[in-house]
Amino acid sequence: MSSTWLVVALVGAATMAIKSAGPVLLGGRPLPERLASVVELLAPSVLAALVVTQAVGADAGLALNDRLVGLTVAAIALWRRAPVLLVVVLAAGATALVRALG
Amino acid sequence: MEQRRYRDGVRAIAPVAVAVAGFGVSFGLLARSAGMGRVAPIVMSATTFAGSAQFAAVSLLADGGTVAAAVAAAVLLNARYGPIGVSVAPYLHGSAPSRFLRAQMIVDESWAVAVESDGGFDPRLLVGAGLTIYAAWVAGTAIGVFGAGALGDPATLGLDAAFPALFLALLVPQLKRRRGLAAAIFGAAIALGLTPVAAPGVPILAAGLACLLGVRR
Repeated sequence: MSSTWLVVALVGAATMAIKSAGPVLLGGRPLPERLASVVELLAPSVLAALVVTQAVGADAGLALNDRLVGLTVAAIALWRRAPVLLVVVLAAGATALVRALG
Repeated sequence: MEQRRYRDGVRAIAPVAVAVAGFGVSFGLLARSAGMGRVAPIVMSATTFAGSAQFAAVSLLADGGTVAAAVAAAVLLNARYGPIGVSVAPYLHGSAPSRFLRAQMIVDESWAVAVESDGGFDPRLLVGAGLTIYAAWVAGTAIGVFGAGALGDPATLGLDAAFPALFLALLVPQLKRRRGLAAAIFGAAIALGLTPVAAPGVPILAAGLACLLGVRR
């Protein structure tokens, strides 16, 4: 088997196992109370981290870039209670505009 | 009613699915130029279904990295799906094979759409949004593989800015509770501190650990 197919097979199997471990082993019943109180905070902490890494993450280290203009526009739109669809479109549009002008 | 929730998931994720398709095209182009052929990149998108891990594994291979290095990078990038899977587990009912299949629809975006402000999850939103992104990702990869470079770089259209904007929009309802706000601040600070120094994937995983605060109240 070529290294390409070996990587495809191994990465695929590992990812499927990681994604399904919780749902297959613990699925369909409430988590123990202590675990549940921890997992409840996963959404805000991971979502905040995703905002940071997606906005300023680069191939190497941090980068202040045009995406921050889009994110600022998104923040203003959210503050004005715009729907999510509009927020996402405005962020992409603002970033594209900055790039076209820059 | 059931069906409506699936459709809500599709609708919630539609604008981001466009961006995902754009990056699927990029992945197809990259994989093709890395010498993976035509079929393997599409099979990878259809089975792995995790963008950042696929980009990392293929880039490493293209740069002459070993199979072990490529797999390790992908596993590190996907490690966050372990705790994310646990967070969804109580809401996924049905047989083990059915739970396994629906768990494959977990990606950052579908999970984020399915989070409810009280900390619960709607699995129908997860599956509706997940299938939409899955179709966009696999189709985008196929277009990229078969050489639609003419579509251009998704960055020109600002599509890369769609992702942080989506995550910010889905984060806002989580901030109403003080514990949620505290976890978000810690998560952001950890990600900001680690991104310049740690391997990709580590900052998000470490930020997830910020939720351990929950144990201490």
